Amino acid sequence: MLTKRIIPCLDIKDGRTVKGINFENIRDAGDPVELGALYSSQGADELVFLDITATNEKRKTLSDLVNKIAHHINIPFTVGGGISSIEDVYTLLQNGADKISVNTSAFKNPSLVEALAKEFGSQCIVLAIDTKKEADNNWYVYLNGGKIKTETLCVDWANLGVDLGAGEILLTSMNNDGTKEGFALDITEALSATLPVPVIASGGAGTIEHFEDVFLNAKADAALAASIFHFKEIEIPVLKKSLQKKGISMRF
Amino acid sequence: MELVIIQYNAGNIQSVLYALERIGTTAMVTDDPEKISAADKVIFPGVGEASSTMRYLKERSLDKLIVSLQQPVLGICLGMQLMCSYSEENNTECLGIFSEHVKQFANRTPTGDVLKVPQIGWNQIYDTKTELFADIPANSYCYFVHGYYAAKGAHTIATANYGIDYSAALHKENFYGTQFHPEKSASIGEKIVSNFLSL
Repeated sequence: MLTKRIIPCLDIKDGRTVKGINFENIRDAGDPVELGALYSSQGADELVFLDITATNEKRKTLSDLVNKIAHHINIPFTVGGGISSIEDVYTLLQNGADKISVNTSAFKNPSLVEALAKEFGSQCIVLAIDTKKEADNNWYVYLNGGKIKTETLCVDWANLGVDLGAGEILLTSMNNDGTKEGFALDITEALSATLPVPVIASGGAGTIEHFEDVFLNAKADAALAASIFHFKEIEIPVLKKSLQKKGISMRF
Repeated sequence: MELVIIQYNAGNIQSVLYALERIGTTAMVTDDPEKISAADKVIFPGVGEASSTMRYLKERSLDKLIVSLQQPVLGICLGMQLMCSYSEENNTECLGIFSEHVKQFANRTPTGDVLKVPQIGWNQIYDTKTELFADIPANSYCYFVHGYYAAKGAHTIATANYGIDYSAALHKENFYGTQFHPEKSASIGEKIVSNFLSL
């Protein structure tokens, strides 16, 4: 049986792992290569590395960091941040990334998703969406690391992205990110129950029950978290054992 | 031992190289027919789309070379699918080493549940046969990423289930193929790669 996936996320800024709250107040959380190797050995199912400075400062994701990480882990990993061309993706894959994630550049140029899926296959292309629930109770797409609001609904962009060839959706709720009050169940379920591709829920993990909720109630295919792992609030083996006991299929 | 990875327009050659490095060996990455023929073992990796990859292989006559190899060959993911006879992915005639057909996953199970395609993640392999799976416990988890699968057939040496049972691995004579990515399947995958190197 295909298992649900637990995915630690490492947000990278200037070569270090960092973590913010609601996309702000960023603090240091350690060396990404060491953390990646640790999570891999602890039974993480995948890793995600996001260069959160790449878009803002118009830098490219550091391919030598990707290269270092690739030498040390034996599970799949996705790299995102500032990817805007086929050449960018070639460079990352050449350095050992398995999948790449696109966000702002894909929204501004949707044909990028199509071109990347054609070149590398849908399985390689993760569409990351940062979304925020506004006062009108709708979830809107945000760009540039949550700095720019768009008028596009999250559900609409996710559907278009999948039609264009994205093989997976990485959905981050800005309302929940860093709060440790649980994942955004409504928007996660809205996508995961309707899209034909896997949905990775992100933002808000604080307790083991939050993971239970997002898998059992919101039907997420995978759950991503950062600070609870970086600051050792929940150990991956403990988390996976607890979820298995609740009838959620896990890999050991 | 000379180990060669066939170089072509596939995405995950580096991942395979790094996996080999972690288990203490190395490989030459080449599309030179002489070097491939002379190797003790050959790995044929793959991530990508079937028809364009077959075209690429044909343009370089690598298609004829691969089927003529006598030493142990391991196809991975798309590599394994291309070793089959035919793929529904853009109606592609493949290398024809394994008689099995490659089909697209339906997005519903036979009982009507939604099935996400591509299958992405860790799934169990069972009914494993041959030395490729020596010391691999039953129902071990391996990492799969694929929208197409090889049907079960005479050459199936491992089975997985995603909506239906399909070939997680194939074998005929000196040719082996895994649908999953051993290079990304943690310690189980490393053991499978080691087993291949010991064949």
